[in-house]
Amino acid sequence: MMAAIILVCSVVFLLQFFVSYCRSLIAASVKHPLSAEVQDVTGIKNSATGDDFDRVIQLLQLCPDRPEDRSGIQAIGAYFGLLGAVRASVARLIPSLLAWTETERGQCTYFAAVTLERRIAFSRDMFAQQLET
Amino acid sequence: MPGLFGNLIWLVGILCEAAVLVCAFKKRALRRYLFLNVYMAGVLVVELGRYKVLSQFGFNSLQYSYYYYYSDAILTIFLYFALTTLYAHVFSEMKAERYLKFGALLLLGGTAAFSGAVVLGSPTRFLTHFVIELSQNLYFVGLVLTYVLWGAILKLRETRTRLIQLVLSLGVYFSLLAANYAIRNLIPSLSAAYLPVAQIFGIFLPLAWAYAFWRLPEEARLVPSRLAVIPR
Repeated sequence: MMAAIILVCSVVFLLQFFVSYCRSLIAASVKHPLSAEVQDVTGIKNSATGDDFDRVIQLLQLCPDRPEDRSGIQAIGAYFGLLGAVRASVARLIPSLLAWTETERGQCTYFAAVTLERRIAFSRDMFAQQLET
Repeated sequence: MPGLFGNLIWLVGILCEAAVLVCAFKKRALRRYLFLNVYMAGVLVVELGRYKVLSQFGFNSLQYSYYYYYSDAILTIFLYFALTTLYAHVFSEMKAERYLKFGALLLLGGTAAFSGAVVLGSPTRFLTHFVIELSQNLYFVGLVLTYVLWGAILKLRETRTRLIQLVLSLGVYFSLLAANYAIRNLIPSLSAAYLPVAQIFGIFLPLAWAYAFWRLPEEARLVPSRLAVIPR
């Protein structure tokens, strides 16, 4: 009985912490303006949509991996999946929830685009260092 | 011995824990979040020792089990105190550090007494059962305390992005481990999967902390009410 209560509490707290953590990651990146180059590559001009997420992730995977970005992008990927599940189930019944999931999914895409920009800059730095040596 | 996957998880964990210390040092956050870094250094040392015990005695040995559960209990107590230092950061303007320390010790003593009472009836290996019970209970107490701290952050409108991310990642970590312990107690047949799953969960915290130290400057600010699941 006690273990069941602990399990239920843990899952509820986990969801709350996880969503808030992902939103804090997104909030930290949302102020970062995208360069014209990344806007061209990703097709994101003013606001991103959730439909672009997979494409931006594919572009991300073409760039050399950065260990410090790994936890962020994995967490956001899981959050995007969670939003997709909510959108396909509960949100169909509640229109305001559907709008909220759409906004959140768009911000996930923006986060991925900002990470892409950082990876491109990182690759350029590495290339420049190799040329110097 | 754990297979290739187990060794890979162990290696990634070690690298991530070392990355936290390097990132904190490089970004001059070592002293500011001293107890968090001491905890991470402790995890690093324990993980290295774990590998030594594992290679010497084997995965199914009594020595490895003792080492695992005793070191886990010590690390959980360390993490508990690391959490109280995050409280001190959030309540720094109230000058409530002395009360926080007293409250933390009182709660730790209470949890230890409760754990002792639960395992009092066990006929053998009282200390080992006590240590395992204490770890489990401290994970849950830590989870509840992190949730209270998150509530305080929202209420006090704390805006330090790095501090917020450290607290939230700790909350995710405590929730994962508390849920893992609870599932093991509910379904004992799954206990073989407990250690590998706990190892995988263990990677999350150093990754998230390394990210927070490396990516976010101490001056970074955000509006915490926008992060709440239920808008405030």
